[in-house]
Amino acid sequence: MAAYLIRRLFQSALILLGVSFITFLLLYVLPADPVRQIAGRSATPQNIASIRAQLGLDQPFFVQYGRYLWALLQGDMGRSYLQRTDVASLIWARLPASLLLMVAGIGAELVIGLTMGVVAALWRGRTIDNGLMMTSFVTVSAPQFVVALLLLYVFAVQLGWFPIGGYGTPAHLVLPALTLGILGSGWYARMMRSSMVEVLRADFVRTARAKGLTRGRVILRHALPNAILPVIAMIGIDIGIFMGGIVVVESVFGWPGIGQLAWQAIQRVDIPIIMGVTLVSACAIVIGNLLADLVAPLIDPRIRIR
Amino acid sequence: MKKLLASTALIASLSLPAMAQETLDPNATPGGNITVTYKDDVATLDPAIGYDWQNWSMIKSLFDGLMDYEPGTTTLRPGLAESYEVSEDGLTFTFALRPGVVFHNGREMTAEDVKYSLDRVTLPETASPGAGFFAAIAGYDAMASGEATTLEGVTVVDPLTVQITLSRPDATFLHVMALNFASVVPQEAVEEAAGDFGRMPVGTGAFKLADWTVGQSLLFEKNADYWRAGLPYLDTVTFEVGQEPIVALLRLQNGEVDVPGDGIPPAKFQEVMADPEQAARVVEGGQLQTGYITLNVTAAPFDQVEVRQAVNMAINKDRIVQLINGRAVPANQPLPPSMPGYTADYDGYAYDVEAAKALLAEAGLADGFETELYVMNTDPNPRIAQAIQQDLAAIGVTASIQSLAQANVIEAGGAGTAPMIWSGGMAWIADFPDPSNFFGPILGCAGAEEGGWNWSKFCNAEIDAAATAADSMIDPATPERLAMWSDVYMKVMEEAPWVPVFNEQRYTMKSARMGGDDALYVDPVSIPVNYDYVYVTE
Amino acid sequence: MTAMTATRVTDGVWRRLRRRPLALIGMALVATIVLAALLAPWIAPYDPFEQHFDGLTLYGEPLPPGGAFLLGTDLLGRDLFSRLLYGARTSLIIGVVANGAALLIGTVIGLTAGFFQGWIGTVLMRFTDLMMAFPALLLAICLAAVLQPSLWIVAFVIAMVNWVQTARVIYTETTALAARDFIAAQRTLGAGTGRILFRHILPHLVPMIIVWGTLGISTTVLLEATLSYLGVGVQPPMPSWGNIIFENQTYFQSAPWLVFWPGLAIVVLALAFNLVGDALRDVLDPALRGSD
Repeated sequence: MAAYLIRRLFQSALILLGVSFITFLLLYVLPADPVRQIAGRSATPQNIASIRAQLGLDQPFFVQYGRYLWALLQGDMGRSYLQRTDVASLIWARLPASLLLMVAGIGAELVIGLTMGVVAALWRGRTIDNGLMMTSFVTVSAPQFVVALLLLYVFAVQLGWFPIGGYGTPAHLVLPALTLGILGSGWYARMMRSSMVEVLRADFVRTARAKGLTRGRVILRHALPNAILPVIAMIGIDIGIFMGGIVVVESVFGWPGIGQLAWQAIQRVDIPIIMGVTLVSACAIVIGNLLADLVAPLIDPRIRIR
Repeated sequence: MKKLLASTALIASLSLPAMAQETLDPNATPGGNITVTYKDDVATLDPAIGYDWQNWSMIKSLFDGLMDYEPGTTTLRPGLAESYEVSEDGLTFTFALRPGVVFHNGREMTAEDVKYSLDRVTLPETASPGAGFFAAIAGYDAMASGEATTLEGVTVVDPLTVQITLSRPDATFLHVMALNFASVVPQEAVEEAAGDFGRMPVGTGAFKLADWTVGQSLLFEKNADYWRAGLPYLDTVTFEVGQEPIVALLRLQNGEVDVPGDGIPPAKFQEVMADPEQAARVVEGGQLQTGYITLNVTAAPFDQVEVRQAVNMAINKDRIVQLINGRAVPANQPLPPSMPGYTADYDGYAYDVEAAKALLAEAGLADGFETELYVMNTDPNPRIAQAIQQDLAAIGVTASIQSLAQANVIEAGGAGTAPMIWSGGMAWIADFPDPSNFFGPILGCAGAEEGGWNWSKFCNAEIDAAATAADSMIDPATPERLAMWSDVYMKVMEEAPWVPVFNEQRYTMKSARMGGDDALYVDPVSIPVNYDYVYVTE
Repeated sequence: MTAMTATRVTDGVWRRLRRRPLALIGMALVATIVLAALLAPWIAPYDPFEQHFDGLTLYGEPLPPGGAFLLGTDLLGRDLFSRLLYGARTSLIIGVVANGAALLIGTVIGLTAGFFQGWIGTVLMRFTDLMMAFPALLLAICLAAVLQPSLWIVAFVIAMVNWVQTARVIYTETTALAARDFIAAQRTLGAGTGRILFRHILPHLVPMIIVWGTLGISTTVLLEATLSYLGVGVQPPMPSWGNIIFENQTYFQSAPWLVFWPGLAIVVLALAFNLVGDALRDVLDPALRGSD
């Protein structure tokens, strides 16, 4: 187990190195010049050249990457080109909000999605099943922006139950988390239903029923733990989707997360911020996947860690 | 031998009493807090660096420069300088500083601070996007090349007098001294901040930064020792960042926000205007901005003037204005109508499809041609590009649209690989109200170099010389100079490197409790709002 | 002999499918959408690119459904119905081709890694992790700058980005299946790798694949719109269902039809494929025959 963990951590470090290299390379070949963004509209060629030299952007690719990596190993993520401040401090200031929203959002997805999925599987083929599966298609196809704004409009503006955007209290968290929960629940609902239907047919469930266990007990003790396995893998994946797609929800609800930071940085080629956010979210994804692989055997002991 | 310069605008400003006596609004009630929202985060509050929509007016309220503008207008007035003298040759400016002005840290501002601030903004290490504005100051080139660490042309005569010598006459120099980039900052505070002055700004302005929660909000607090007696009216201003304009408007309608900094989003415009109560709170104002299409004159087919003129005639500007809910006026020349030097009696190229086709035929392109139109990807720009595309199709020109992120469009424009660019979202908004500001970087030879902002790559030596001559005149407001500039832009229009499409009108909204002249909410200089002069009525 | 068996199996499939009303509805819907896309030039009442002079109010607002324009007009005064018909072409290619390719790649990689484990599994899954941790949109922006954007490039980018998630899910599922007793039993009985994979593991994965495939249709169609926004997708004025939603989403209060109709089209497309997929699964799955 320990050996496995060490090997996986080593592999994770390699993955992060790979991500940093590819991202850096892409930003290097990107046809947009960060110096132009820094120097402003009236800059002379001399201004441009001097800024380029100061930032080391006149160096060959491997020198630039090497310098970045070396600083990173010493815990320095560099300074933002446009905000002229430490990238690490910008990310740390926003990371808690993003993580909070991620946890709450995935929690909401799980609660809504798994409930829908289990209910649909248990009443397979009935109206409630069809209705729920229909709903899952609608939620998956709904544009984030519209759902977010609609919830905001109804529950915050019209009914006044929640604040209109912002950050700080649990009340602020409800609508953004609910938006993400609704949008992502379709995946979990359909996965859970499908997995549950499979498991309910499996021999061991039939055996358990034959042994005279009650339906409720069989479902809770035998069917659910088995059915939930693919869903666990899904959480690891979901972290990746979250990190990429949280921008819209953040900006509608005025949520101060790293999504907005990254979006503005991409628009204006602020390379140190793009690199920083990419690496931090890559870390989250790698950790999420590692946890998913570690948790799977706990739920289904037949999977052995190798 | 120095002489007081006599021009109408300047006399008006110098006739003010020596003490900072403000003509206060008799209806104004001091106190209160307002909430202002912006979509984009505030990158920095360092006056040498900030050059964004949202931080421009914030910096104006935190800092002061030697020169300033009458609120809500484009009329120059002295700021931290109490008065100034200009030598006859227009090369030496002597500023007498206002005594007793203190920074937010309690120290008195002196001539040394002015010199330090100008050195700082022109130093290459600062990498200021505004450094180029100071190119006329003697010793600038040595600074830019790193040979000097202090501007030779700026001298401290005594603690309250600073003298600035120019290497060439620059009619716009006083406007430059009113830019945010010329704000006076205290050296010790900059050094204490150790590179993070943009997060811990210290100035002489009407407000000081009380709190900044990164990514969420900023709180500005009234500077009780502000040198303009009686100002500001407000106790505090809260800025909330990271909010969609459409949500900001919902919050305004709900009474939570006083001013939506990004204005009224297009999707809500008709709803607001249809309600008389809300429409009454909408403020409209002109803006020193022009939206244009650049035509790359260095590559076929836009190297032929007939083709460029034909495109000018093919664009239905009225329909484009209709698409953006009438929030603009059609343009026929680079300068916006409220800019001095605007040619009022010029008709421009009228919308005439047949004439455009005839011109194309004359250029040997009767069957049209294929080209590309670059556009920034935020609404309404791709829509406008599609309208342009349809207009071009009517004269047989097939333009495919490249809708890209801002940085990519700017790159393509600078590299000269984009045949046509619709400027929306990146369009030129004047830095100061002078006709020269629309020429150098965007229509002159200096900007036509690789990477420059002159995306047409238009470079006409004769027109450039005329522009230089106009800028060498000492007084910016003389009719001769304005006539020269008018002439420059008329010659540009003959060559037609641009299609001027419209001049955007700014529409913003305020809560019912906001007081103060409407002009303050569409201030042409303190964009978007002049926080120093607005107040709340409850 | 193999050929004969295959024919018999397909015959049975078709016969059983015919008896399922939901499957028939699904097939009819898919056929309708495909026909709409193919016949768009003949069905569409207007040119989808024409910005009608009378398609906007004086203040530049789009026209609501009814009147000359069946489903109303968009913000440029174009006929929404005609744009939806033409948009079906783009969205079908993205939703079916790109999504299908992603599904195929993901299944092959996840299955291989989960079944064989060992170094092959490690390499494949760590590569998957790398791709997952990588900012896909950044890759898209760079591709946009380097390649001439076209519909097929978009399909390619989407497939490259989307297979990762399928691979992960299939991997976990395969690992669990491979550890089950009945697989071990098959091995001891001397069943070959191919037989175990295709007869015993793959059928159990089919439901999961159908779920991912059909839900993926909606998300890829919407992803195409994001890519268009970044300059990689189909460029304006070419319509796609995702694009139409994206262009107009801020207007959902004042002009809800501009979001509702393309949204409905996407839901119907995904639903239609799901109905067919579900029916196919039930018909193909030996364990389910006769039941349900």
